[in-house]
Amino acid sequence: MPDRPKLAVWKFASCDGCQLSLLDCEDQLLAVADAVEIAYFPEATRVMQPGPYDVSLVEGSITTAEDAERIQRVRSESRVLITLGACATAGGIQSLRNHAEIADYVRLVYARPEYIETLSTSTPITDHVKVDFELRGCPIDKGQLLEVLIAHLHRRRPNTPNHSVCQTCKRAGHVCVMVAHGTPCLGPVTHAGCGALCPGYNRGCYGCFGPADRAKPAALSTRLRELGMSDPELVRLYRSFNGQAEEFRVESEAREVQSGAQGN
Amino acid sequence: MKRLGRAEFDRLLNALTEVGYELIGPVMRDGAILYDSIAGVRDLPVGWTDAQEAGQYRIQRRDDQALFGYVVGPHSWKRFLFPPNQTVFSARRTDDGFVLETPPVDGVRRALIGVRACELEAIRIQDRVFLEGPYLDTAYQQRRAMLFVVAVNCGQAGGTCFCASMKTGPKAHGGYDLALTEVLDADEHYFTVDAGSPAGKEVLDRLDLPEASGAECDAAAAAVARAESQMGRSLDTDGLKPLLDRVLDGRHWEAVGQRCLSCANCTLVCPTCFCSTVEDITELDGGARRERRWDSCFDGEFSYVAGGSIRQSTASRYRQWLTHKLSSWHDQFGSSGCVGCGRCITWCPVGIDITQEAAALRVADAAEHDG
Repeated sequence: MPDRPKLAVWKFASCDGCQLSLLDCEDQLLAVADAVEIAYFPEATRVMQPGPYDVSLVEGSITTAEDAERIQRVRSESRVLITLGACATAGGIQSLRNHAEIADYVRLVYARPEYIETLSTSTPITDHVKVDFELRGCPIDKGQLLEVLIAHLHRRRPNTPNHSVCQTCKRAGHVCVMVAHGTPCLGPVTHAGCGALCPGYNRGCYGCFGPADRAKPAALSTRLRELGMSDPELVRLYRSFNGQAEEFRVESEAREVQSGAQGN
Repeated sequence: MKRLGRAEFDRLLNALTEVGYELIGPVMRDGAILYDSIAGVRDLPVGWTDAQEAGQYRIQRRDDQALFGYVVGPHSWKRFLFPPNQTVFSARRTDDGFVLETPPVDGVRRALIGVRACELEAIRIQDRVFLEGPYLDTAYQQRRAMLFVVAVNCGQAGGTCFCASMKTGPKAHGGYDLALTEVLDADEHYFTVDAGSPAGKEVLDRLDLPEASGAECDAAAAAVARAESQMGRSLDTDGLKPLLDRVLDGRHWEAVGQRCLSCANCTLVCPTCFCSTVEDITELDGGARRERRWDSCFDGEFSYVAGGSIRQSTASRYRQWLTHKLSSWHDQFGSSGCVGCGRCITWCPVGIDITQEAAALRVADAAEHDG
């Protein structure tokens, strides 16, 4: 390929798991490296070429004033900006701070809180700059990452369906853990993409890929309460990796109000 | 009518294996009774049953050793005739263009063991869709042609069963090669067997079974009658089609739309739902393929046309599904699209019940006419 697109991989507040998915592509990694020019990827190479870049993969959320500025520079240097994973698309687990006093959290975690400069919220990239495509997951699925990159190279729309995890389960032939075992599962409101990993091992879905299209957590909560979950448990269930994604946030806040009303 | 003793059941399975069939039957796995490959009676859920309610399924021990003492589970036979994922074709780049290759159908001759009356009707319905319409699904046609069907008349009904009101069961009427009825008396355990095709008769001849006595035939009929009296649900189909055509704009759809998760479970467990979509997949090496997979009218992409999805609201998706099953299916295929198996009720995570929704629409319609 004569004009290989220049690829950059950026890290914001995150655990690195999503960008590692690119290195984890193993058999296809060399083919990817042939198809794109890896111009900036500090986790993988010391060579750091200056922008502009054709494609930027952005991992992580915005939690510091410095990062809020840096993402603007990344955007201005990138023709296409794709966010990777729950942190970048929904604020990540670190967005638990959005529901708390940040000073309390900092005191709890750090021996010398005065060294810490941080924003009081963790926010997704799309709150700061225009995002061209959001890839879901905590972590992302490497097959989907390849699909997004290949689709971009071939100028087609990626096949990353936004339907529920249930569809993946049913096609795989998994037994529904909620109906057959009474195990609480976020599958019916969660975006597909993981390959129904947890239900395939008889575990309930944790919602790692965030809300599906038309997700209706309130209707699911009614059933989860019948299965024995308390409102505080429901708050924690929705408020994890994708706790700031709109549908999950709204439902966790509604259940929190309910918990308060019940005094538990 | 022949008689097959419980101890001889493996003779039947062995006979089918000897003729070259791969046996697919009920097996117990992950807390449910599913359909998968079996080698003999030892793989069947012997002595187990299932308790089903809206949104709930549990396996339970029976107090006998029945081979088919349960109803239908989360799988349906469509998984084997209309698989959830199929490669339609693959494409390979060459020096002067590209070559298309259609993968062959696997060529496995399958014997389905334990097909219930509602499921036979479901297969008949999918036959009409895939074989008798303007477009022939050749892969389905090939799988279907290689099939041997061993039906089992139900001796009990489940909590979400309503085949009696849909007039599809619990007794099989045609569409099978062999039909069995299991009889468990205090001291006897046997099956009455009836051939429904030349292939079925051939297998029966190989087994050289004795005739069932009049009393044994009566006991089998009594077992089926018991199932008929046990239906956990019923659906009143009288005048249902014109009724559904009248209530399309009713407020009831919004109410069920509030409870429905749009998760698509009902459509994917349904033995008659036949929708699929295709995805084009390209690889870095220049190869490409077209994959066909089960789709659902509860998926937003399903009704996507230029500009967006036609059915944005969950209520509109539920209405599409229910009215297609119970009303417009008649216009399209000359029958109901519902066979009364109850899977959509059991496997709905929030327990939405098609029989209750149809009844509620009837009440809403009556109220409107009275008012």
